[in-house]
Amino acid sequence: MEIFKNTNFDFLGKKMPFIIASLVLTVVGVGSLVVKGGPKYGIDFKGGTVTTVRFQQTPNEDQIRQALGAKIPGEIVVQQVTGQNEVIISTDLRDEKELNEARAAVFDTLKSTFGSAQGDKLDINTATQAQLADQIRGPVAGVAASVTEQDLQEMVKNILAYRDAAPRSGLLGNLDSLSGVSGITPEVVNVLKQQTYTGPYTIRGFDLVGPRVGKELQSQAINATLLALAGMLIYIAFRFEFIYGLAAVIAVFHDVIITVGIFSLLDKEISLTVIAALLTLVGFSMNDTIVIFDRIRENLPQMRRETLDNVVNLSINQTLSRTVLTSGLTFLTALALWLFGGQVLNGFAFALVAGIIFGTYSSIFIAAPILLYLREWMEKRRKGNAAPAAAVTPVKTKAVK
Amino acid sequence: MDKNLKTKAIVIVATILICIYGIIGLPKSKAELDRNVAESIKLGLDLRGGSQLVLQVQVQDAFKADADQNIERLKDEMQKAAIAYASIDRNDPATIEEADTIEINIKGIPVDKTSAFREILTQKFSTWQMANVGSDAYRLTMNNTESLAMRRDTVTRSMRTIEQRINGLGLAEATVQQRGNGETNPEILVQMPGVDDPARVKAILQAAAMLEIVEVKDGPFPSEEALRAKSGGILPLGTRPIQQAARLGDQGESWYLANRTAVVTGRDLRNARPSQDQFGKWETSFVLSPDAGRRFGRYTEANVGNKLAVLLDGKARSVAVINSKIEDSGVITGAPSQQEASDLALVLTSGSLPAGVVYLEERTVGPSLGADSIRDGLIAGAVGVSAVILVMLVYYKKAGINAVLALILNAVILIAALAYLGAVLTLPGIAGIILTIGMAVDSNVLIFERIREELKQGKAVMAAIDAGFGKAWLTIIDTHVTTIVSCAFLFIFGTTAVKGFAITLVIGLLANVFTAVFVSRTIFDWELRGKQQPTTLSI
Repeated sequence: MEIFKNTNFDFLGKKMPFIIASLVLTVVGVGSLVVKGGPKYGIDFKGGTVTTVRFQQTPNEDQIRQALGAKIPGEIVVQQVTGQNEVIISTDLRDEKELNEARAAVFDTLKSTFGSAQGDKLDINTATQAQLADQIRGPVAGVAASVTEQDLQEMVKNILAYRDAAPRSGLLGNLDSLSGVSGITPEVVNVLKQQTYTGPYTIRGFDLVGPRVGKELQSQAINATLLALAGMLIYIAFRFEFIYGLAAVIAVFHDVIITVGIFSLLDKEISLTVIAALLTLVGFSMNDTIVIFDRIRENLPQMRRETLDNVVNLSINQTLSRTVLTSGLTFLTALALWLFGGQVLNGFAFALVAGIIFGTYSSIFIAAPILLYLREWMEKRRKGNAAPAAAVTPVKTKAVK
Repeated sequence: MDKNLKTKAIVIVATILICIYGIIGLPKSKAELDRNVAESIKLGLDLRGGSQLVLQVQVQDAFKADADQNIERLKDEMQKAAIAYASIDRNDPATIEEADTIEINIKGIPVDKTSAFREILTQKFSTWQMANVGSDAYRLTMNNTESLAMRRDTVTRSMRTIEQRINGLGLAEATVQQRGNGETNPEILVQMPGVDDPARVKAILQAAAMLEIVEVKDGPFPSEEALRAKSGGILPLGTRPIQQAARLGDQGESWYLANRTAVVTGRDLRNARPSQDQFGKWETSFVLSPDAGRRFGRYTEANVGNKLAVLLDGKARSVAVINSKIEDSGVITGAPSQQEASDLALVLTSGSLPAGVVYLEERTVGPSLGADSIRDGLIAGAVGVSAVILVMLVYYKKAGINAVLALILNAVILIAALAYLGAVLTLPGIAGIILTIGMAVDSNVLIFERIREELKQGKAVMAAIDAGFGKAWLTIIDTHVTTIVSCAFLFIFGTTAVKGFAITLVIGLLANVFTAVFVSRTIFDWELRGKQQPTTLSI
């Protein structure tokens, strides 16, 4: 099977609409960044807390916001997880002094607002293994004398494992469903009914980052990325020519800027995992560009009479099947991750899906035209210096064997 | 040629075997297989659930405590040498950065005692540097090597204490590591897979747990003012005011005047455990080391009728009259529950922290969230990989099988390498694996497209394969080295998460050079072996 047979598209001739599209996207993205005062950083980079809470019933977002807002200074963001009775609550943390109390502030407020204590009964949905074991040890011994401590621990472990497995995912709806768990007799279920109740919510995850750590992580991530780009530039300059490296890095930079801009437009947060996705995207895009540049380098010595435009066009056409196939396949993988990868990977996968599209087209419509432009500019400067002009300077063809 | 091919095949099979052994070991049963796989593919906390804490050691606390000790010692020495003084005090560095600025200020040394005073300092306080500030005032500052050692030592001791507390909690898989270097960046990273009560662990790790038993001179008083008023505003030498820890049902505060120096401290403990008094109330009882026990016995024998206070972190937990000689044990009352009594026993046996700790970061992934992440990740991975395999087979026919084999081997080598290195698979690591798979597919596509081009130009099958691999090799080297160069920077300058990404990617790419170029080529040669002049190639 073949998608493209001996194509001869004039990519460079059609570059303008794409360059304009890129400029528009960049301007809109950067505009959004400027208006909103920089990217919307997640707590990894600005400090704060993030709590993932699952409820039995659809939670009232306003109620959460108001209850927490009364206790915790700064903005409270409540984000609903699509398809679930689950919310992700973010709070600000501006002062290092709040670090110690931040956790209790969130947990206690949730408890006092949504909890429904039932006398001495234990909420099985927020119980730890030790708490549940302590709660039922005596009563279980009362109904089943043969149960040893080891049996009890095993029993408790099974109950909590059942509670935490999908589709319950940490939240039991009623205690009767536990009768299906191995080792749980009807008597034990009765004990559980007397000693515990199914609370209205459970806390599935909690993150806390101090504001100073956030700042450090932020500068570290940005520095590492910039240095990585510089490293690539140097390597490509060494293997090809400086302008090739420059063109490739500009194209990759363009992809990152647009992706970050889209994140800002859609009000999505930049977290540490999104940074990992951006790095992945840098890798993909750079890869694409190098494959095309490599072909240009290979074609140049054999096509001295052709204009550079033609050489570049031919090279893009020759590698077109490969570009489309590779990008298509990686796009499929990223798409699968976005659709099925779950809530934690969502931001990561989204950055990849968006990034691969830009990464692919930037190699063709951004990197190659910039290369030509830089070449032309250098030629002009050389002519301006009254040096004898060569039509096309052959590229170094150092072969690695 | 044939012999050459055989050697290549052996190399490949050997690699596969080593990798599979690295992942599954030599299992004898299904259960053992599962266990080995779980052991070799270690999942990070973000995937399997658990808690990660970053603690910052407030080293300035240790500097202040050290200065306080030295001030006491200096006062003793000066008393012995009969040197009078107006005041001795220290400054109060508030942050970690300011810790080194600790200084002790001595004022009002009589002129005729100057040389005696200097003598004491040079002989007995050699870790401090003295400067003369004014005619009768001196300032002591800590010298540089000493303050560096102090920083390091404080972090190491805090870490040891935290390790002991973690072990005491029975968190078998937990790890405690130092982050950055102890001199400038006093941070400790605690990772606790599977822990289900991080709030309790946090409280235990943060407890200063400084135990002292001191002699009570006077009291109780209803307030600190009343206490001070009794002795005319100035406390007698060597004493301090102590507040009784608040208890349920208490009416107002109560204060005692106690000795500054303790009879026994937490360091003298041999053991502590939770126990119940005759009314069933929880308390923590402790046993002193033999040496401290003898000391305590002598002291209590001589002080029958006097009062003692048990202090925890500077507050009196209980005050009692000495009825008879006490040998080597005592209790701390006032625990609201069994858990709190045993938690206190745990922090007492692990020793006190040399300085306070603050939590800079906490990341807790509940067990249900971790389980969901793994399941979703596996589904997404399976869908993605199936799609890739399907497209490769449809697009490249028989050669597609070749590519798929190389791809699978690539993944197996990557996972085996991670297992051998003991690396932990985290979310960013998965990002690295995805990029690896993408680039692995790309290598095969590059090669196959080249072979197709060569075939179209009319080259014979073997020559086309040769040329295809040869030309694509240059491109593969460039793309791979570029990425590895960038990974090197990410590894050196990146955060932990970014490092995980970089390591996975570099291993994946190195494995890819082997699978896409060497293995894939060998499979082509193997398929075409024996044929003199193959005329068709399924690609």
